Amino acid sequence: MALADKDRIFTNLYGFQPWNLKEAMARGAWDGTKDILAKGKEAIVEEMKASGLRGRGGAGFPTGLKWSFMPKEPPKDAAGNPKPSFLVINADESEPGSCKDREIMRHDPHLLFEGALVAGFAMGARAAYIYIRGEYIREAEVLFAAREEAYAAGLLGKNACGSGYDFDVFVHRGAGAYICGEETAMIESLEGKKGQPRLKPPFPAGAGLYGCPTTVNNVESIAVAPTIMRRGAAWFSSFGNENNRGTKLFQISGHVDKPCVVEEEMSISFRELIEKHCGGIRGGWDNLLAVIPGGSSVPLVPAKDIIDCPMDYDGLKAVGSGLGTAAIIVMDKSTDIVRAISRISYFYKHESCGQCTPCREGTGWMWRVMERLRTGDASVEEIDMLFQVTKQVEGHTICALGDAAAWPIQGLIRHFRPELERRIAENMPEAAE
Amino acid sequence: MPKVKVDGVEIEVPQGATVLQACELAGKEIPRFCYHERLSIAGNCRMCLVEVKPGPPKPQASCALPANEGQEIRTDSEMVKKAREGVMEFLLINHPLDCPICDQGGECDLQDQSVAYGRGGSRYDESKRAVTTKNMGPLIKTTMTRCIHCTRCVRFSEEIAGVDEIGAIYRGENMQITTYLEKAATHEMSANVIDLCPVGALTSRPYAFEARPWELKKTIGIDVSDAVGSNIRIDSRGREVLRVLPRVNDDVNEEWISDKARYQVDGLTKRRLDKPFLRKDGKLVAVSWQEAFSAIASLNPGNSIAAVAGDMLDCETMFAAKKLLGALGSSLLEGRQTGMDYDCSSLAAVNFNTGFNDIETADAILIVGSQVRTEAPLVNVRLRKAVKRGAKVFLIGPEWETTFGGEFLGEDLSVLNQLPQHVWDALLNAKRPAMIVGGAGLGRGGLEASLSIASQLKLVRELEDGSTWNGFNVLHLSAARMGGLMLGYAQKGGIADLVAAAPKVLLALGSDEVDFTKFANSMVVYIGHHGDKGAHAADVILPAAAYTEKNGTYVNTEGRVQLSDKAVFAPGDAREDWTILRAMADAFGVSVGFDNFEELRAAMAAEVPALGSEGLADYGHDLPAGGGSASGVIAYPIKDFYLTNPIARASAVMQQCSAELLHGEEIAEAAE
Repeated sequence: MALADKDRIFTNLYGFQPWNLKEAMARGAWDGTKDILAKGKEAIVEEMKASGLRGRGGAGFPTGLKWSFMPKEPPKDAAGNPKPSFLVINADESEPGSCKDREIMRHDPHLLFEGALVAGFAMGARAAYIYIRGEYIREAEVLFAAREEAYAAGLLGKNACGSGYDFDVFVHRGAGAYICGEETAMIESLEGKKGQPRLKPPFPAGAGLYGCPTTVNNVESIAVAPTIMRRGAAWFSSFGNENNRGTKLFQISGHVDKPCVVEEEMSISFRELIEKHCGGIRGGWDNLLAVIPGGSSVPLVPAKDIIDCPMDYDGLKAVGSGLGTAAIIVMDKSTDIVRAISRISYFYKHESCGQCTPCREGTGWMWRVMERLRTGDASVEEIDMLFQVTKQVEGHTICALGDAAAWPIQGLIRHFRPELERRIAENMPEAAE
Repeated sequence: MPKVKVDGVEIEVPQGATVLQACELAGKEIPRFCYHERLSIAGNCRMCLVEVKPGPPKPQASCALPANEGQEIRTDSEMVKKAREGVMEFLLINHPLDCPICDQGGECDLQDQSVAYGRGGSRYDESKRAVTTKNMGPLIKTTMTRCIHCTRCVRFSEEIAGVDEIGAIYRGENMQITTYLEKAATHEMSANVIDLCPVGALTSRPYAFEARPWELKKTIGIDVSDAVGSNIRIDSRGREVLRVLPRVNDDVNEEWISDKARYQVDGLTKRRLDKPFLRKDGKLVAVSWQEAFSAIASLNPGNSIAAVAGDMLDCETMFAAKKLLGALGSSLLEGRQTGMDYDCSSLAAVNFNTGFNDIETADAILIVGSQVRTEAPLVNVRLRKAVKRGAKVFLIGPEWETTFGGEFLGEDLSVLNQLPQHVWDALLNAKRPAMIVGGAGLGRGGLEASLSIASQLKLVRELEDGSTWNGFNVLHLSAARMGGLMLGYAQKGGIADLVAAAPKVLLALGSDEVDFTKFANSMVVYIGHHGDKGAHAADVILPAAAYTEKNGTYVNTEGRVQLSDKAVFAPGDAREDWTILRAMADAFGVSVGFDNFEELRAAMAAEVPALGSEGLADYGHDLPAGGGSASGVIAYPIKDFYLTNPIARASAVMQQCSAELLHGEEIAEAAE
């Protein structure tokens, strides 16, 4: 039950054809956008709800539902004028392992712009801001150029696509901070402030960018929207298991024969995904140690649990992890798993914004203990202490970075405690560089 | 009014309250570091976590969570206890255990809360973070290793002070609070961040290593460095005032004070007059009280005696002097030392009628000749709030750096004669229009022209809710001004009337700004506490008490009568002012009608009843019509914010501030 070529949304994922407007239109982008908009806001939101699309940024919140949270009647400002609404597209793809939005932006940018118009229209937004990661230089260049093309063709701007709806799209480059991928930190950064997450409530749908109603969506969630509208919710929801519908870009990296980004059906089993697209695990299935299935922030899953697990939100939740962005990091038995997790810890220590206490102080503490566990320069009780510290961080912070820093370590302790204890027993300083 | 349950007890909380406020209403203490009533909510310390149902199965930051109908809040559950212990532990892992050498010790939120909510020990075995100390100027001492990143100081300077002086750089555990380029904080209220800092990261530099809080005697007082009448707490040990802190008074200073009010107190021990002096052969010579009095009495002035009140005088002194002059048959009293002669027949016309609280609600404000930021920093804070609420502000006078925007209309008072049309329209269409006339806007017809505008715009009006709105305000500069005017310290022609009368004896009551050359033929008797300009010009010096050394009544620029208590004794032979005047009455052989302080206060209250009770004096809302035209370039009276009075001029800290912050001199750091 693999995804057939005719059912692929991203038909130029590998850049075999140019990204430009002409070729993109030949592939089906911007086809009948005016008719989609003509269906009306309600219809689009309903269709999106029916499609079962869940946010592709990691949290998996139903996209249609999110759009419907935007106020029907825009709130008024101090002078009594209605405030505009905004769509913010999260292209700050910084999660270690994730690289799907990059492929969309550099090879199929027009799907994203079309999606921005459809989504923006459905939620009554005045404009969309695409916040692209600072390190994505070429991708940003493509976005700038594609935006020019779309404006020149009258697809965006005043009377977009001849629909009578005025809609602008702006591309904004970030400066390379992981935390700016958090939706409220992204809004702060867009406003020109230091990228630090805001407190919720108020949620962005109530008061977001410049205090106006705002929805923040992932690039992939937005880019699939036009195709869903063209082919219908029933088509999209025919893929995947209940509650985990649609197609998804999986990004497989690590110890597989052919790492790749591939569009596949949701709920495909891990074994099938790897066999079909990646040429199998390096050294065979017996050599598989563990998998981080959703980008660095989700707990790892040991080999025995993951092999036949369906790759979707609920399936991975059942094995104590999550789908996240579907950035699958495969680790074979040559991996120093403690070092791998310690490196992830260092990443979160480095990227913590420093605003709230548990994350600011806890990430550094966790990393330092992890470094000692690597060499076994610790006592067994410290494993429990470390677990408690991760619990003290998890759920106590303003944004989810605290959770993201805690989960990988919790996964390691849960599944690889014997390895940690072995290192402590052997106290192996040679494991240090 | 939503009803919530706090630890099982149902209470009703005001609409819009947070869960933290709800818990406080229920009598539960919620530990916090970043939350502060007067600052925006940051929610970053995570100390105030409580358990709230319905909600996610994790503790919630109560400071930022709105209290909603039907919430069940628990502050005593295991989850909450664990969360507090966890956050406390995180805060302490990189906090140095240097409490014995930390000035915050004894009044430290971190200390107190770690005792109450901490887990008793740390499991942190790694190296602690060390952060380099930052320069924040002569007033704020920093030890940034102690910083817990609550960002109260950042929010204060952004939101209250209105200057982006303090901010956070770097991120994660490397985040540091700094003035970016290590420049000194130059705002007039910068030292309030010391009070806000919950730990010992920002402490008072002049007060460094001076005392522990439990050694200090705390006396309630009123600040006299400007006409705001800030409520202060005077902390003293033995005979010395060691520091001044703000007291909370929402109607006056909220909980801030200006840097001058806070730091001029070291001037109280310098350049003090501690003996009577008499000028003999052109030189001031120390003499006994007896000799000084007989020298004055021997002149036998009769009714040829006048009194000039200084800027920091309490009402009791002014009343005693008035009684003395009255007994001698004179009424030559004046308080406006620099020669102002605006009409004081209506006190409502020279009062800050709107009040500090209500000026925040004004929607259009015209400021005439006032550099509010230096003349009354705490009123500046209110204006900033008004602008944040949408008020338009127009200013007449030379441009200065406002913290609230505003449009400057010109430097000359003649702008008052013909306001630009858009300004007129804005004031006319405003629901709550206000004018603020500063010291530089009162003379040369400015007050009358302003009153004329006030009556044309109907600044006194009835609001929709039935209350009276009086939008006409005069912002004075001296703490003694309103009290002096209530006691009749104003001649029609100002101080020129005194000069014209050529009195034999001139009582200079702490007045240092008078041009004494005009009184060359009078015997100048200086009754004051500092060897400043007045004492230099004096023929007789009678040492008196400063504001921390006597009980006194002060009236601020909005007509608020406030009492201040005596914290320490005056040094040497110095006496409280009223006793000097009482003794002088004996020397002159006249009776003033009181023999002790209580009798003096009773007599004062009998004569001016408003001075007998604390609170706003009622001057009515009848403003004179005004009229005429004004002209003349406005020149603000304050040239150096830090050196406006004799105490501040004697203060080494204020001198240093003036040199470093205003005149850009090299930072004078002691070689250590």
